[in-house]
Amino acid sequence: EIHEPEEVSVWFREGSSCCQETLARNQRFTETPVNMPGADKETDLSERIESFLSELKRCGSGAGSLRGSAETARETTALLRRITAQARWGNAGELMEIIRKEGRRMTAAQPSETTVGNMIRRVLKIIREEYARGSSEETDQQESLHKLLTSGGSSEDNFRQHFTHLKANVIEAINELLTELEGTTDNISMQALEHIHSNEVIMTIGRSRTVEAFLKDAARKRKFHVIVAECAPFCQGHEMATSLCKEDIETTVIPDAAIFAVMSRVNKVIIGTQTVLANGGLRAVNGTHTLALAAKHHSTPLIVCAPMFKLSPQFPNEEDTFHKFVSPHEVLPFTEGEILSKVNAHCPVFDYVPPELITLFISNIGGNAPSYIYRLMSELYHPEDHEL
Amino acid sequence: MGERLTTSTLLVTEEDEKKHEIIGAKGEGKELTKEEKQRLRKEKKQHKKNKKDDRGPPEKEKEKEKASVPAPSKPATQSPAHKAAPVPVNASASESPVAAEKPAKSKAELRAERRARQDSERASKQGKKEGGQQSTSSKPKATPNELQPVVKRLPDHVQVDDPVALKKLAKKLERQQVPLRSDYGYKVSLFSHLHQYSRKNPPTQQISIPVTVIHPSIVRLGLQYSQGIIAGSNARSVALLHAFKQVIQDYSTPPNEELSRDLVNKLSPYISFLSQCRPLSASMGNAIKYIKKEISNIPSQCKEEEAKRILQECIDSYINEKIILASEAISKYAIEKISDGDVILVYGCSSLVNHILCEAFEKQRKFRVIVVDSRPRLEGREALRRLVKKGIRCTYVLISALSYILPEVSKVFLGAHALLANGYVMSRVGTSQIALVAKAYNVPVLVCCETYKFCERVQTDSFVSNELDDPDDLIVTRNGKTHLENWQTVKSLGLLNLVYDVTPPDFVDLVITDLGMIPCTSVPVVLRVKNVDQ
Repeated sequence: EIHEPEEVSVWFREGSSCCQETLARNQRFTETPVNMPGADKETDLSERIESFLSELKRCGSGAGSLRGSAETARETTALLRRITAQARWGNAGELMEIIRKEGRRMTAAQPSETTVGNMIRRVLKIIREEYARGSSEETDQQESLHKLLTSGGSSEDNFRQHFTHLKANVIEAINELLTELEGTTDNISMQALEHIHSNEVIMTIGRSRTVEAFLKDAARKRKFHVIVAECAPFCQGHEMATSLCKEDIETTVIPDAAIFAVMSRVNKVIIGTQTVLANGGLRAVNGTHTLALAAKHHSTPLIVCAPMFKLSPQFPNEEDTFHKFVSPHEVLPFTEGEILSKVNAHCPVFDYVPPELITLFISNIGGNAPSYIYRLMSELYHPEDHEL
Repeated sequence: MGERLTTSTLLVTEEDEKKHEIIGAKGEGKELTKEEKQRLRKEKKQHKKNKKDDRGPPEKEKEKEKASVPAPSKPATQSPAHKAAPVPVNASASESPVAAEKPAKSKAELRAERRARQDSERASKQGKKEGGQQSTSSKPKATPNELQPVVKRLPDHVQVDDPVALKKLAKKLERQQVPLRSDYGYKVSLFSHLHQYSRKNPPTQQISIPVTVIHPSIVRLGLQYSQGIIAGSNARSVALLHAFKQVIQDYSTPPNEELSRDLVNKLSPYISFLSQCRPLSASMGNAIKYIKKEISNIPSQCKEEEAKRILQECIDSYINEKIILASEAISKYAIEKISDGDVILVYGCSSLVNHILCEAFEKQRKFRVIVVDSRPRLEGREALRRLVKKGIRCTYVLISALSYILPEVSKVFLGAHALLANGYVMSRVGTSQIALVAKAYNVPVLVCCETYKFCERVQTDSFVSNELDDPDDLIVTRNGKTHLENWQTVKSLGLLNLVYDVTPPDFVDLVITDLGMIPCTSVPVVLRVKNVDQ
């Protein structure tokens, strides 16, 4: 049978029953009585949250994201700042609880958009840090192994204290996070000249705004040739090619089938990704795994340009890692006629690329090997927050 | 030593004779008599000796005009004159014609003379030309010994970046009255040595109607090739052989000519035309070699009707043996490799693989098939239709979803366009990718190929000898937007639509041929065995 023409998302970490529960709970939360003081602020806030959720649900119908991950990250962070400012909470624990609830709803709305979950975890970590600074405890509670073993994790009672400046501090820290988000693409493109020499042939696949900015920045000073694999069935490579040509970069568009055939003349492969997983692997557009294997066969370095907000604390599961399917109409259109009822057609959107095939990650904090990703993760997220 | 006329010598002789036909036959379609041809040849030789260098087209015209001026001081007999005066510079023009009008000299002697002449000419030519690319082989010593001498000519279709070769090709086509097809669009720099045609400009635009030089069934065939109506190497070869049967049927030997010589010469403009429409495949090349050999083996005392009948039978038996029976044999071997519960992956539309799967299904094997397809040709849909019609359970994905679908697969069956002598498999673009990913997942890859597609060429990458398809095929309209619509106007944008690629032998586990199941590296063994047989 054909898959139904709507998304079927498989997300192993979020049990579907949990989502139902959360939805029910949150509905109760947002139906506040109108005559309470500050209710306008709350309804305004909940409206915003609802509109954000519905936008999340709508985008990501397979044609790539209608807005890039950077925008999603910025909007999520802005929304979290608003929640911090406008929601009613007394201490850090309550705030974290609110954010977690909203976070679960958001990730349930679009599980494949992992930047939402990442930003939530970042903000949670910020809150923990600010709280810790406020209560003048040791800021890094994970450094000491003894503490890890004996403390039994930081329990929620620790966050019950009330600090007057906690709100301001948290909002300030979130603002810093926002500035960091604004500058990620620029930070990455600044490193372009260190990695691209002249007269190179660079291969890429699909469309990534990060890689586009990266290549355009290098093209200002160096001359090189870019080969773009079009990445059927959405053919985003075409957009990428036309956009690169505007900067006078020599571009060639090839169909996906020719990736291995032309790989022998390619000096570097530079790709973007949707998510960077905790083991250093990637969740990228379909076709990336083939590209990575071909690069490995020819010993061509594979460079991934990914800002840090794409780093997700999930590990890949055994099979069917985070697969997302869209309508098979893209692959086998309805014009094909009666054979459609006898054929299964698949249209997966993402591919898993294991870390052994990747040479380098370029992110806004510099270049890293895939084996170092787990360490970066511990700097960005608190282990308690891996499960929202 | 066998009386084997190699293709190169045949081509040489045809070219020369054609040259002289043009002077009288241009615009008339008539053929010159032998005496006229002889006279023209002599005159031409004189003029070439007078003018040392400069072989441009305007000069050719001048020579033709001067051809009417009688050139004295040449004895009547052809061969001693040619031996005495080796002509400089342009080797192909100066290589002497076959003394068909001299049955007194045996073929072996003539060939030996010709070879000696070629050697001396090549030596003088190498002295004169500096560092330019030559179309004939660069080996100065073509001494025949047990191993085949590599006197191969580099095919025209991979020399598009060489202006000398292009000019020669244009001249040759003009002589044969075959239209020259012009390239289309911006070519990616790595492939500037290949042709790139557009499907919207068929090669028959410049042909006048009615066609006098090219047989109509060949014109039709050429159009079918260039528009992609006939695609797939088996289909193309069979169509070619059927068209040749028609040509032979309609052929009539002109007076004072031998069928074995003249028919071969008749075929060469047809072959040029077909290769202008679409470069010949390896299987087509082998078929043409076979036909030419059969034609030239017709004994001279054979009557025309008898000869035609023999040739028709030869062609029929070739098709039957090499294609139809071969596919039966391959199916038999391949079905042994299919077990119940298998999940078989196929790529694109290979007539042989489809045949195998249908046969296996009829023999009650339980399996299901995954058809992988790729833009822009989307040939997999055709295979899908055929398999579903049989009742086989099928799944369909695009090649970018390969990593997703491959963990389910137990075997991969691939078809081939040609098998090269170094063990590489030349097939539709994307095949090497499938083999690569299958290897990474430890899935066995089986290639099915008939022996008539084995080819003596060697190749290590997909760049040097390939085919470029119409680049406009890559353009697609999605959500009402066509991003690449005006790619011609954008300065630095190129579209690359490759047709073939080569798969290294370490990705292929087994090759199933009509001679049995062999590893990829045994291809040269089979070639040698076949050559010895013939």
